Amino acid sequence: MKYYPTIGIECHVQLATKTKLFSEVDNDARHKEPNSCVSPVDYALPGMLPRLNGEAVRLAILAGRAMNCEINASSRFDRKHYFYPDSPKGYQITQFYHPIIGEGHVDLPSGGKVRIEHAHLEGDAGKLTHFDSYSLVDLNRVDTPLIEIVSMPDIHSAKDAHDYCKELWRLMIFAGVSYGDLYNGNMRFDVNVSLAPEGSDKLGTRAEVKNLNSFRSVERAVEYEIKRQSKILDAGDKVIQETRGWSDATGETTGQRSKEEAKDYRYMPEPDIPPINLSKEFIDTESAKLPLMPKDYRSLFGEIIPHDTLEIMLDYPQLMRKIAEVAGVLSEEFDSGHTQGRSAKLTVPSQISSATPAIKLLSNLFASVLLAEEKSAEYLNDLPAGKQLNDLAEMNAKKELSSTATKEVFLHLFDPQMRNKDTRSIAKELGVIQENDLGALEKIVDTVLAKPETQKAQEDFRNGEEKVIGFLVGQVMKESHGKANPSSVQEILRKKLK
Amino acid sequence: MKTANKTVTATRLVKDALEKAKHFADYNIFTFLNEEGALKKAAEIDEKIARGEKVGRLAGVPYALKDNFLSPEGDTTASAHILEGCASPVTATTVEKLEAEGAIMIGRANLDAFAHGSSTENSYFGPTLNSHDKTRVAGGSSGGSAVAVALDIVEFATGTDTGGSIRQPASFNGVYGFKPTYGTISRYGVVAMASSLDCIGFFTKTPEDMDLLMSITAGQDPKDMTTLPDYYNENFNGDNDTTEDAACPSGTLRAAQAKSSRPVEHIASSAASPIYKIGIIKDFDNDVVDVSIRNALKEKCELLKSKGYEIVELEMPTLKYALAAYYIIQPAEVASNLSRYDGVRYGFRSENSTDLDGLYENTRSEGFMAENKRRIMIGNFVLSSGFYDAYFLKAAKARTLIINEYNKAFEKCDFILTPVSPNPAFKLGEKVNDPVAMYLEDLMSVSLNLAGVPGLAIPAGETAEGLPIGLQLVGPRRSDKKLIEFSKELI
Repeated sequence: MKYYPTIGIECHVQLATKTKLFSEVDNDARHKEPNSCVSPVDYALPGMLPRLNGEAVRLAILAGRAMNCEINASSRFDRKHYFYPDSPKGYQITQFYHPIIGEGHVDLPSGGKVRIEHAHLEGDAGKLTHFDSYSLVDLNRVDTPLIEIVSMPDIHSAKDAHDYCKELWRLMIFAGVSYGDLYNGNMRFDVNVSLAPEGSDKLGTRAEVKNLNSFRSVERAVEYEIKRQSKILDAGDKVIQETRGWSDATGETTGQRSKEEAKDYRYMPEPDIPPINLSKEFIDTESAKLPLMPKDYRSLFGEIIPHDTLEIMLDYPQLMRKIAEVAGVLSEEFDSGHTQGRSAKLTVPSQISSATPAIKLLSNLFASVLLAEEKSAEYLNDLPAGKQLNDLAEMNAKKELSSTATKEVFLHLFDPQMRNKDTRSIAKELGVIQENDLGALEKIVDTVLAKPETQKAQEDFRNGEEKVIGFLVGQVMKESHGKANPSSVQEILRKKLK
Repeated sequence: MKTANKTVTATRLVKDALEKAKHFADYNIFTFLNEEGALKKAAEIDEKIARGEKVGRLAGVPYALKDNFLSPEGDTTASAHILEGCASPVTATTVEKLEAEGAIMIGRANLDAFAHGSSTENSYFGPTLNSHDKTRVAGGSSGGSAVAVALDIVEFATGTDTGGSIRQPASFNGVYGFKPTYGTISRYGVVAMASSLDCIGFFTKTPEDMDLLMSITAGQDPKDMTTLPDYYNENFNGDNDTTEDAACPSGTLRAAQAKSSRPVEHIASSAASPIYKIGIIKDFDNDVVDVSIRNALKEKCELLKSKGYEIVELEMPTLKYALAAYYIIQPAEVASNLSRYDGVRYGFRSENSTDLDGLYENTRSEGFMAENKRRIMIGNFVLSSGFYDAYFLKAAKARTLIINEYNKAFEKCDFILTPVSPNPAFKLGEKVNDPVAMYLEDLMSVSLNLAGVPGLAIPAGETAEGLPIGLQLVGPRRSDKKLIEFSKELI
């Protein structure tokens, strides 16, 4: 039988705050010793009280706005109880009853739309590493701020599941609320999959695959679940409502916990944290700090940058901001930090037309560098200045730089040692500026034409042998030490050899 | 408060206190005596005095610290086996404030483990004995603190009051015991019992001392989001909504405060000798209450009348639900707050386990007292899926009604005078095996915690057997200073 899959996704996003959700210790535990980013509050000493990090609330507002969500004027924290060594307090502080982020939606690049049910703030758990006879506990990650984004069951294919997750990731990194480093678990996905007979208006029983940490594994897990559940249904059996784990190695999901074994979390309002009451003014002020989102870039540059190139570039917010800067659509430059400098505003899109050639050139260059060089992260952390790029585009447009020379100079712009130089000096140093002065070029052409070794070629050309023009251009280029603009040279030659 | 000076040194005061503490060792008041630390601090203060330097308002004053306040001096055990041997790297905000004024902790005072109890019999270190009759209980949970002050070992002691744990032992031992408005004093560094009810307060021998301690310790603490701005010393710029929010974890208190038609200003701005109206709750004048306590209340009413104050009778029918609501909300928060004691990171860990579940089960079974376990079970039951609405949510609604009832009452009067507990100090062991009888001891004290209003236990004579009687003076939220001031009229 044919089945129609229905998929809902829960996504945990770690927020890029400086400190933890409820304490003042460093929130960035990458490259740090286990248990070195832990305060008495995170460690749950007796008598310790949580202190809500206002920055996490602000980032949650931005994340919510990035997903077109309502921000709730009043939200509250609750305690979710369970015993496990990754949870020092014996409960997780989350928002079960009154989340901060309300309904919204995410537009998929393919044109689909996934509604957001809600999203809430909560603290992350610690990390356990298991060995044969013991386990080690690392509490560095305890109470790293998370938002959990809960989608409506609006997804119906593995590919859309993949695209939704990827678009969410883009929204989060463009909004600057998360580092979005999937390898380090900055975003994790739980995928609910159910199948119903095609045409049925009832949903089937769902299985939840937990803790997926890449778009690819989301796609594969959904594909696997669709196959697995189809087989069960085809055999006339029933799908069990359960939690399943995913193995990237085997490409399979395996059952972990059925509904009957589900824990009772005994939710209770968190008495140590007063409700978050946000004024409309505060929400509006914070929402206004939302930077340009992928959809803004698509509408700005969709007709200038080829679709495939743009979609590649849209994985890199820094890059898009740079293009926007070159295009002159940002009123001020962004800081590189995750939590500052989000005050960019769109100016008049019509300005873009004058910058179109520059945008085309730079998007081409960036895309080719990114695709070819496997160095994207490095490159992108330290992009050339907007002026350097503008100058490069201008020199290219004036034909002062050949396309080869343009790329060469472009790559040199990434060299930190070149950072303080202007593009022209760099091009000069490299000796790649083309000679466009027609008077000077004519003199060089005359010199070449006077040389005995070119006489036969001149005669052949006049006799209609077109292809020898290449030889003559080459001679002129040689004479000019490669700086002559070849098309200008050819033009002069043709005129003189008439 | 007797502070140190050139003739009576801090060292003298501390030595005297330590000697008395040892003299009364059989009362089992202290879980730890801070001899070395206290004498060292006393010497430092004496040096300061000798050099003519400025010393604090509590210079050299010895005090007892209820053993659920964190400080690096001595282990913070909360009189619980599961926390035995736990030295704290953290100092409670209240301890910091007291010591900044020169107060010297001479010992940690015994309590019911995790402050669960009304007699200090639930202490892992054994019960503290009543200051007036060694065959009777000290009251609880702050039994050690109350007896330390009553026996004049120290000038004052700290306490915590979740449902009466300061006021009841104060009344059992004939001293002043104050539970302030919720959020007045920071809870940071105090072992939590039930977070939305817990209040930090003190035991003293006079209202003046109480006022001094309050003025030192009240105020907003960035480490405790539920603290109020320092209204006690009127030391804050405006009182904006944000700070008001911070005071009210459930939101209901805030709503109640906003609705209250008789704000503190009414009292504060009254004439120099205001003619207060004092409310008496009719329902509390019945056979459940010991006759000597009822008589003491009548005497005090006559005294007030003779001074020109008006006595008004109040009907507060909702208060009869206070105890039931309290014994749902409180165990729920207790169960939650005790979850962290799992033997994984600190404290007692059972050695009899082979796997993780066993570690939890054995550690908590062996580490908690029976009363702790009773509350954990009740708390988890009322929070469990399917029962939350019927129990916890219902109790939370009852709590809102009780808040409203107090607001209405304070439209008719300025303060309310009631017994603290139905009976004077009972015999050791008398109620140990009857938890409900023990819970009934809290009948008149718990509604204040549910409503977040302040209450001061006041000594009000003795029974025929010579047992202290206590009354409590209750005021609207943030009336704490006026309330302590007014209590002098009852002497």
